[in-house]
Order: sequence, then C-alpha cells, then structure tokens
Amino acid sequence: MAAIGCDKEKQETPFMSSTPRTLYQKIWDDHVVETRDDGTAIIYIDRHLVHEVTSPQAFEALRLAGRNVRRPELTLAVPDHNLPTTARRDANGSKIAIEDPQSAAQLAALEKNAPEFGIRYIGDADAEQGIVHVVGPEQGFSLPGTTIVCGDSHTASHGGLGALAFGIGTSEVEHVLATQTLLLQQSKSMEVRVTGNVGPGVTAKDVVMHIIGVIGAAGGTGHVIEYRGDVFDAMSVEERLTVCNMSIEGGARAGLIAPDETTFAYLKGRPMAPRGEAWDAALAYWKTLHTDEGAVFDKSVEINAAEIAPSVTWGTSPEDVLPITGVVPAPDSFADANKQAAAAKSLEYMGLSPGTPLTEIPVENIFIGSCTNSRIEDLRAAAEVLKGKRKADNVRWAIVVPGSGLVKRQAEDEGLDKVFIEAGFEWREPGCSACLGMNPDKVPAGERCASTSNRNFVGRQGPGARTHLVSPAMAAAAAVKGRLADVREM
Amino acid sequence: MQPLSKVEGRAIPFGAKNVDTDIIIPAKWLKTITREGLGEGAFETLREDPGNVFDAPENKGAPILIAGDNFGCGSSREHAAWAIGDLGIRAVIAPSYSDIFSGNAVKNGILPVVLPQKAVDRLMEVARGGDEICIDLEAQTVTTQFQDRFTFEIDPFRKHCLLGGLDEVSLTLESSASIGTYEERRTNTQNWVMAGTNAA
Ligand code: SF4
Repeated sequence: MAAIGCDKEKQETPFMSSTPRTLYQKIWDDHVVETRDDGTAIIYIDRHLVHEVTSPQAFEALRLAGRNVRRPELTLAVPDHNLPTTARRDANGSKIAIEDPQSAAQLAALEKNAPEFGIRYIGDADAEQGIVHVVGPEQGFSLPGTTIVCGDSHTASHGGLGALAFGIGTSEVEHVLATQTLLLQQSKSMEVRVTGNVGPGVTAKDVVMHIIGVIGAAGGTGHVIEYRGDVFDAMSVEERLTVCNMSIEGGARAGLIAPDETTFAYLKGRPMAPRGEAWDAALAYWKTLHTDEGAVFDKSVEINAAEIAPSVTWGTSPEDVLPITGVVPAPDSFADANKQAAAAKSLEYMGLSPGTPLTEIPVENIFIGSCTNSRIEDLRAAAEVLKGKRKADNVRWAIVVPGSGLVKRQAEDEGLDKVFIEAGFEWREPGCSACLGMNPDKVPAGERCASTSNRNFVGRQGPGARTHLVSPAMAAAAAVKGRLADVREM
Repeated sequence: MQPLSKVEGRAIPFGAKNVDTDIIIPAKWLKTITREGLGEGAFETLREDPGNVFDAPENKGAPILIAGDNFGCGSSREHAAWAIGDLGIRAVIAPSYSDIFSGNAVKNGILPVVLPQKAVDRLMEVARGGDEICIDLEAQTVTTQFQDRFTFEIDPFRKHCLLGGLDEVSLTLESSASIGTYEERRTNTQNWVMAGTNAA
C-alpha cells in the first residue's frame, strides 16, 4: 500500500454520478469514507468474516492497545481450517480433544475471543458451522453491494452475490475490527465475458479453470474481475460462488457478478438477510448494481463457451489446466523459457511424463469439498455420477466434506450420504479438510488426489501430495474409474 | 507501538543477501496465536550452526541487525517482522528490502534503514569489531564512534509513524468522526447493511 499523506484532503463522496460506471466502481464509490491526496481511501467494510487462523494476533493486538471492536454486529466468527472433520463431540456431548496442540490453541482462542469482543460465534457443535465462505452466503450475512473481507484469500467467493469481497492480512483484520474500515487504493477493472452455451459435462468449476488457463495465474493481478455474459447469467448462485472463489487463482484480488433475480431469490428468507420493508429497500438498491452501458474496463477478455471442456489440472499452478481429453504437455511446447522451466519442475513433482493421456493417470485419493465445491449442488452433481457405483479398488481414500452443517443435513435429507457411503466414500463433518494440509486430512507424499478444491500448489494437500483440480462430477468419475476420467463417458 | 527516535547499541553482523521470510521464520511457526515468542523461531535453520551470529553471546540483546540486499523477500507473512521484533531488534540496516517486509516492519515499530552496499560493508566491520552503532531517525543518520556518518532516506509518512509510535489503526482512528458520519448516513439510508448479525 502506498504511503498516506498526513494532511488529509477530504473530498466529497461521489454518491451520484452521471458518467457510466462499472459495478466495481459503484460499490467502491458507495463505501468511500474519505479520500486522501494520493488516492488512498478509507473504505467502509460492511461484513467481516473471521476464522481461527488469521485472527488471534489481531485480537491480541486489540487487547494490548485496550481497543474495542467498533461494530461487532458486522463481524461473524466461524472455525473451519483446523477443525478435524471426524466426530467432534462424544456420546455425552463433550468435546473430543484435538490432537495437534497448536490447532487446539488456535480454535480455543477464537472460541474465547469472539464472545469477549461481542462477536457472533458459530461454534464447532452448531448446525450452522462450516467453511466461512460457505456460511456467509448461506446465512444471508453476505449481501449484494456490500464490502466483505476475511483473513483468507478465497474471500473472493462472495463476489458471486455481487459483493466486493477480498482477502486481507492479520494487521488488516485488526484494522477492520478496530475501525470497520481499510485504507485502500482502487484496483483496475477487468471484464471476463463468456458467451454462448457450455457443452455437456461442463460445470462452473470447468468454466473458471478454463478462464485461468486463458488469462494465466497472474492475468488478473491488480484487477477486480467482473464476470459477464450469458454463461454467468444462466448460473445458479452456488455456481457463481464457485467461479468467483477462484478469481484469486487468476491473480485478481476480487471477482464479482452483478446481482439479478437469481441472486434475490437465493437470499430471500435467509436468517441474516433483510426482511419486510428492509428487504424492499435493499432490493431497490440491489437493482441499481450493474455495470452501466458505456462503462469502460481497463482490460477485457472474451471467451466462447463452446470451447470449454470438462477440465483438469496437470501441474502445480492453477493455470496448468487442460481439457480431460488432452495429454500431459511437454515443457518445450511452451513458448516462454520461464514457463518451460516451471513446467519441467511441475512434471517432476507431479510424477508425469509428456504425452501421457490425462485419462490414463491413476488416482489413489478423492476429495470432494472446500469452499470452491462443497455446497448442495456440488454434492448432488457428484452423487448423480456415483449412484449405484463403487469407487475403484486402487482408490485408497475417498472423502466427501460438506461445506457446512446445513449442507450436510440437506444432503442427508436427500439421501446423498447413502449414495456416497455405498460408493465407498467417507461422509465427514464440515470444514476445510484436505483443501490444505493444516488439519488431519492430508494426502500422503507421492500419491495423487482428484480434488474439487482450488489450489494445486506444491505441498498444498500435504508434503509431496499431487493434486489434480476437477469439478465434483469429475471427481466422482475419477473415483469410479480409479483414474482421471471424462464425466461425459459415465 | 513504542515511539522510535534513536536506536543505539550493538549490531548483529549478518549481511546475507536475498534472505526470504521462510528463513526469517519457518512456516511451522505460523500456527501460533500470539505475536510474542516468535524470536525463538527466528532464523531457526541458521541458528542450528553453533557459530551463528544470532546466538553469539556478545550479540545478545543487540537492537540492530545488519542484513544484505533484498532482505525479507518471499511470502508476505507478517510473522517475519514479529519474529525480528521479538528478538529485540528495533532497526535493520540493509541495501534493500522487499516492499512487503519493509511495510510490515514499520507497522510493527521496526525501522528499515536503507544504505548503499559500501556503507553497509563498513558498518559490518564496525559491528564485527564489537563497537556500537547509533541510528538517529530524526536526523536520518547512522554514526559510529569512528567518525563514520551516513545519511539515509525514509518516506516522511513512515518516519512520522515511527517517531510517534503510530500504527495504522491509530491513524485511521484520527478519522473517527468521518467514519461516524458515514455510519450515520448508512444507518439512515441502508439500515439493512448496518444490522449485520443482528438481523437474525
Ligand atoms: S476450504 Fe480451502 S481455500 Fe477455502 S477457506 Fe478453507 S483452506 Fe481456504
């Protein structure tokens, strides 16, 4: 962040403006508390999600400085990263001790800090507990046109509701708790337009992985992406959350999709969503939240939906993505020398040789979960493929981790848990699980995992683990075949 | 945050180039819940070497660290600044830093002094000889008892923050009135936002 001039020059907030504006610009304008000489602004934060990993030092700092949380009702705390996904309470309802003392300490700190500072806390035994980015939209805490932050880079997810949502560091968590604002410089705007119709077997996950393949892992750096076009118009809110979730994997700090009737129908009646007159007022405002005709983006990318296939990653960057019908690329097939070196390193880590058809790569682990793909529609899509089938014998470990307790219950009401269990999957408690090697759910070194999560980085699912990112339906297909598989052939 | 105007005392003659935040504080220390105590993990892998400069008895409690080019590169973890601060270091002297590290250092009351390599080399000599170094932030100088006198540049805003012991939170709180006015307007026009978790 650039330095902020000490003598502040206050400017009028441009609430009304006649020049055409992008959606991002509109949300930004409506949250400027003060603009300073150098363009840095104090931006009001409407919603703050807190989990156990990035918050303890922020609360500690408040305590040391004798500060309060300015607006506790604008923050919601939920543990997710460290929680084991096995049973958390014994038959008597007592907590089952967490093995890793540091994980236990982080969880205990949040459980203590939230009530101490007057923050609503959804605990490990509550039906609403889940991954912060699943819980926020599900509870109606995340709303269109709001600014949403969390000490976690996948906060971008909430952009699927038309919110400006992005990840922050621990000092910023403290800053938001104490002041309900952040000091920010405006980002550039980028439009990713996907038009036409997607083919069979292509999900929101495939769409966003394809986009990252096109723009590159750094393609959105410095920008806020707005996803536009028929493909996103036709998506459900859950699908839009999946797309925006991975904006960070394309380098953008935030991604958003304009709210529409689909969004409004999704939010209506959720526990923390406005109701009655407040709903009408909110709705009237939300209907103004779209990019104006003639507004200019700093960067635009056009993609034809017909070109998108069910996709899978082969390397250790989310941009290393190919249609499932492809073959492992040779490093010298890339034009850029840096990319050639990176690809060679990736292939070595992944244990793959150029020319191998992707559908011949065996997988020993399947993970269906994470804030990218653990909502009810994701579980339905996977169960659809698995119905009446079993995982292949070479698949050693297959787990389904619902994104929240409510998703879990809904799935059980629909009998999806039985489909998974009969197919040889473990049915777990909600949390981040095998998305990152922080809790007991890890992929062993040298083994492969078809995973519905969002990062295939070296060591992300455990030291030496080899991750192939896929959609829930493709993960299910891989489980049945025991190798990466084309869901269209199921 | 402690205001900082002068840092005087022994300096640890480290000097290594391109030291990344993984070296400053390895990833396994990130699972902590406090900012304190990270000094124990600071430079952990380097300190496995019995002859390392950090644990040399004469450097115990030294408030200055002399480092090499591009100090604090790599992951953006703020733990790197916390770890160095926990070692008792109030100022680092190096030819350059990663942007994120120097930002995090200032946020945590640590002064990152930038001096040309030649000056850094000379100060390494002084530190190795066990002699003290004096950094005067107000005057923007680094001096020794041997008539060495180097001046350094620093962003005026950062200087202001360090001298006053101001963190960003304190600075933003100076705008409390504007934030209050803004909140009042939102409460009047968009109370559905301000209700937050109380809506349920
Ligand atoms: S599921 Fe994974 S990406 Fe999402 S919040 Fe948890 S650790 Fe982060």
